[in-house]
Amino acid sequence: MSTIQKLNEPVSDELMLVRAAKAGDISAFEELVRRYDRNVFRIAQHITQNREDAEDVVQDAFLKAYENLAGFQEQSKFYTWLVRIAVNEALMRLRRRRPERMVSLDEEVKTEDDTMPREVADWSPNPEQLYTQGELRDILTKTIQGLPSSFRTVFVLRDVEGLSTEETAEALELSIPAVKSRLLRARLQLRERLNKYFKKRKAGDAKK
Amino acid sequence: MNCSDFLQELTDYLDDAIDARTRAELEEHLQWCHNCFVICNTTKKTIEIYRDSQLYELPDDLRSRLRSAIMAKCQQKKKIGSENA
Repeated sequence: MSTIQKLNEPVSDELMLVRAAKAGDISAFEELVRRYDRNVFRIAQHITQNREDAEDVVQDAFLKAYENLAGFQEQSKFYTWLVRIAVNEALMRLRRRRPERMVSLDEEVKTEDDTMPREVADWSPNPEQLYTQGELRDILTKTIQGLPSSFRTVFVLRDVEGLSTEETAEALELSIPAVKSRLLRARLQLRERLNKYFKKRKAGDAKK
Repeated sequence: MNCSDFLQELTDYLDDAIDARTRAELEEHLQWCHNCFVICNTTKKTIEIYRDSQLYELPDDLRSRLRSAIMAKCQQKKKIGSENA
């Protein structure tokens, strides 16, 4: 996909490291680990919702990338390729832990008209003013954990990690319309769920 | 444009991935539809709050432990690879 290599500077820098690592320079690979380990950990923990699994995913994803470096075609960013490996590892662990629930990125999760907001209320004051940092983190974690994994994964790659729609589609092996449709529903469902914590309170409402 | 049409375009609108004409139509809708205006703002805030939340930060000690483990395994692979070559 030609649209992916937009930022020339970091891409060429990354490619230099990848090529050096391919040629046997292990410190170049270590630099790639340093560059992306935080992102891989965050993605893995969002998908697996389990700290130990996320640690394993980080190790296995980088090891798999190292072993298969020769097969990396350099047509996309190394990071996108790495994310694809990490997402697959994370989903595998999630399936193992929850065999009773089918976990697939292809699932079309249909809830009754989930794009139509049920409650419309402005958020005021700002959520940051309403809760402490710790409380806010708990609310955000609990809320995103309630999303179906196929929506959660798209939201995390696109909106938390900042991958483009094309990169997200490539990393998840989904079509662009599928990414957009999941992203819209993920965003609206998160908004709806956060609404109960953040909506403007009428005088006399007790703080939950 | 009705509210349902607006919602279908919301993601592209927030990502600035629409043509000027569609943008103008969406913004015209926002001028008179308070519900969509609120949904648009709070969805934008949802994205921002997650982006800035620093959920699941990798602690420094765990980070170096993981990196050491990864690099030790890579060294091992490299060694086996060169012995077999």
